[in-house]
Parts: sequence; C-alpha cells; structure tokens
Amino acid sequence: MHIYLPIAEVSVDAFLLLGLGGFVGILSGMFGVGGGFLMTPLLFFIGIPPAVAVATEANQIVASSFSGALAHLKRRTVDLKMGVVLLAGGLVGAALGVQIFNALKAIGQVELLVRLSYVVFLGTIGGLMFVESLKAIRRSRTGRPAQRYRKSQLVNVLPFKTKFRTSGIYISVIPPVAVGILVGVLAAIMGVGGGFIMVPAMIYVLGMPTKVVVGTSLFQIMFVTGFTTLLHATTNHTVDVVLAVLLLVGGVLGAQVGTRIGARLQAEQLRILLSLIVLAVCGKLALDLLVQPSEIYSLGAGAGH
Amino acid sequence: MLRLALLLCLVAAPLNAEEVVADLSQSRISITTDFDGSEILIFGAVRRETPIPADDPLQVLITVEGPSEPITVRRKARRYGIWVNADAVEVDSAPSFYAVATSAPWSEAISDVEDLRHDISTPRAIRSVGATIAGSEDFTEALIRIRTGQDLYQSRIGTIKFEQQTLFSTSMRLPANLHEGDYRARFFLTRKGQVVDMFETAIDVRKVGLERFLFRLSRENPLIYGIMSLAIAIMAGWGASAAFRTFRT
Repeated sequence: MHIYLPIAEVSVDAFLLLGLGGFVGILSGMFGVGGGFLMTPLLFFIGIPPAVAVATEANQIVASSFSGALAHLKRRTVDLKMGVVLLAGGLVGAALGVQIFNALKAIGQVELLVRLSYVVFLGTIGGLMFVESLKAIRRSRTGRPAQRYRKSQLVNVLPFKTKFRTSGIYISVIPPVAVGILVGVLAAIMGVGGGFIMVPAMIYVLGMPTKVVVGTSLFQIMFVTGFTTLLHATTNHTVDVVLAVLLLVGGVLGAQVGTRIGARLQAEQLRILLSLIVLAVCGKLALDLLVQPSEIYSLGAGAGH
Repeated sequence: MLRLALLLCLVAAPLNAEEVVADLSQSRISITTDFDGSEILIFGAVRRETPIPADDPLQVLITVEGPSEPITVRRKARRYGIWVNADAVEVDSAPSFYAVATSAPWSEAISDVEDLRHDISTPRAIRSVGATIAGSEDFTEALIRIRTGQDLYQSRIGTIKFEQQTLFSTSMRLPANLHEGDYRARFFLTRKGQVVDMFETAIDVRKVGLERFLFRLSRENPLIYGIMSLAIAIMAGWGASAAFRTFRT
C-alpha cells in the first residue's frame, strides 16, 4: 500500500516504513539504544531526502524517548539538576547545529555533512565497542577482573563546581554543558538522540552512577530533540509527521519484541552484534562516498528558494 | 480601419481552416494520501470546413507540463578521495513535470524553427540563460536524464493515435511523485512541420484532504505544525505501547 508523504513529497510503501520502524525498534529494544543513528541512514537508503530524514527522525525520537523518560521519572532514576544542565547545553547546541545545517544546505553540502558525520561517529563508536567487547570476552575467559575506570582529572580542576545530589557527585558544570552542546549539535545535524555519546560520557567523564544515567539522558534527549524538531519545522519545513508516525508505530512494537530477544542473549554477545551492525551501516555510507556514484549529477532547489 | 480589420479576418480565416478541439479525461488531479500516480486520457478532433488537403498529412503534438521553478544542478567530483558536490549550474526555469507526445517521428512532426518558437521539445522547455560554467549543456542533459528516470519527464514519440487526420487520442501517466500546481496541456496541429493551430487547457493538480491540511499548515504556521507533530508523535508512541500492553495482558 503506497502512501504519499505530504512533506517529503514522495510516495512510499507504508508497510516498508512500518517494517523499517519495526526492524530498528527490535534492535533498539535488544540493545537499549535509541536507534536514531540506524534509522536516519536507512531512510536515506530508501530515498527520503536527507533533510526530511534528519528532521523527521528528531520528531520520532521525542516520542520514543517520552515513555522511557516518564518511567524513569516515576522510579526517581533521573538526576533532574544534571538533566537541566545538560539540557541547557543541548538547546544551545541544537540551535547551533540547525544554523550549520541551513548554511550548508544553501551551498548544497548538507548531504555530505550528514554522511560524513555518520561515517565518523558510527565508525568510532562501532570500532570502540567492538574492541571493548572482544577484550571483555577475553577477560571473562581468563578470569581476570575488569579494570576500574577512573574519573577524568580535568573534571576536578575546572571552576563553577556544584553538587549534583541525586548522582552524589560534586563537579564543575562546564563538562556537562559541553557534553550537552555536543549532543545538541549531533541531534540537529544527524537526527539522533545522542544517547550513544551521552551515556558513555556521563559514566566515564562525569563519573555519574549507572543507575541514573539512562533516565537522565532520556530526559535531556526528549527536550533537545523536541526543540530540534521545532527548529527544523520553522526554518526548513522538513518535518514529515506522517512519516514519523508510521516509523514510530513500527518502532514501538518492534522495541517490545526486541526487549524480549535481548533478555535471552548475553550482554557481551549483544554488544559485539550491535557493533557489527553499526560498522556495517558505517561501511555502506563510507562506500557511497568513496566509490564513484552511477549518477554524478544531482538536483536541488534553485537559489530562488 | 474597421473594414480593413474585417478584410484581414476574411483573409486570415483560410489559414486557420483546421482547428483543434480537445479535452482530457480529468482536468483536476487530487493528490490524496493513497495517491499512486494517475492516468489521463487525452483526446480530440480536427474541425475543418474544407476537404482534407491532399499534401503532407496533418500531425498532432501534445505536451503536459507542471509549474516551472528554478533548479540547481550539482555535479560531484572526487576531492580528497571522496565524492562531493563540486560544480553547480542554476537552471532558471524547469518544469516539475513535462511530457510530450507526437503522432509521428519528431522530425516529421515539427520543424526546429517551430519548436524554437513554441518551446515544445523537452530541452526547449528548460531555460538556462545565466549559466556561467563551461559545458553547462551537460548539466541540463543531466537534469533531463534524472527526471526522465523518475518518470517526471516523458518523451512519447509516435504514441498519439491519429485516425483519418481527424480523431486523435493518447494517454499519459502522471507518476506518484507528482508535485502540486497549475499544470497545462498544449495541443499543436502541424503540417510539413509548421504549426497550423494550437489549443491550451489547464489541469489543476492539488493535494486534498489530510495532505493539503498538513502541507499548508507546515508552510503557513510552521510553529503550530511543529508543536502538533510533537503532540501527535507522542500520542501515537504512547498509544502503540499502551495497545501492546493491553494486548499482552
């Protein structure tokens, strides 16, 4: 059943979109990740214009992080003060990101920016995760205990220290604001929540307890992607709500199935699997940049627009 | 003066001895949510008061075109090992849709001079005057090639059925990726490559219902549209997970 997307102005099979949402939903349920970093490239592959894919994905992430954030708020596993600091940085970053996005769109390089960002981030994250998981498996075989990660010294010397009671840490606000800005920029440019950057940064750089990390990041992601959606909607008119809802419905159902599959697999195996998927998507995007395209010409809106 | 004008009319009348009368199966295309392209039937007849001239046969050309807009055509080149957009050419005006059908091979249907005058062939329908880059024809060729690949530009030479030099009919397929706007269909009657008569009619291509509502809102009240998108997405996400939970228990 084909459906005409009002903003993307393309006709796509509705079941393909539901299936795509379901597929990424299963993965995100299995691995406990948002899935934006997989969905946006997949939307490029099926022919959705990159600008629409990025903006619509931001809209979808708001909805998919909403129920998660709500559940964590109920369980009191959100560090609200830290969340607000990260959010302040996130809003600045998102505004900055949309500016960069629009400037590059005007000179026809936005697709390159989005693809390059994906190759760099997916390559780095996937590679690190793969190596880390291999090491962990080897450790569990030899029976040596894992190294404890020590909090970065930089966090202790910076000024504007404040107490984050829920997390039980006393650190400068500069690192969390900086992390927030980075995540905000990524949300605007790549259409991702940024959990894959923020969660490791919270644990390793800020030294937050694991228990509040996921809830706090979901809290920040919900608001930052919401703000990003509004910015894209008002400046670019690229948020396609029909596309977002179809992906979302598939995604929510897929996530429920994925959670159940994930519960049966071992954590290390899951991480290796996820890193391989991430590296595969990264490889495909990199290949598209490196190999001569079959059509070297492309069309864009004229300067009059 | 009036007498002269009347005289001119009388003299001019035989020139227009053959007139085209035409219609479309639909003059209004609605882009709905399940829009999957549309087929329009085009038909017409030649009205004449004198017998059919015995010399070269009459030919028909039909064009259907969408609203024109400026387009930037970009060309990728290898820079630092990766393929990036390097050169660009501004095409001042290119129709978002263009289909041309004829009743005979192109050279028999119309002369180059007449094509130039009426902008009938696809390259003629695209205007690019301010192109500054060398080899800008490559860019317009690429524009035609890409749009032809998307079914947005169609060249249907010899597809018009023309009976007894009087009745003609053809059909055109409007693809699913159609953009809205004021479309027009043009009809040309030619003999020996010269245009004998022409006729023009409008086709209204509009998004309707939900499509129209969402598109308009996103352009006219983008902030409200953005807030609405967020609200709808949150409700849909919540609804889907709630439905799943009730289904499970």
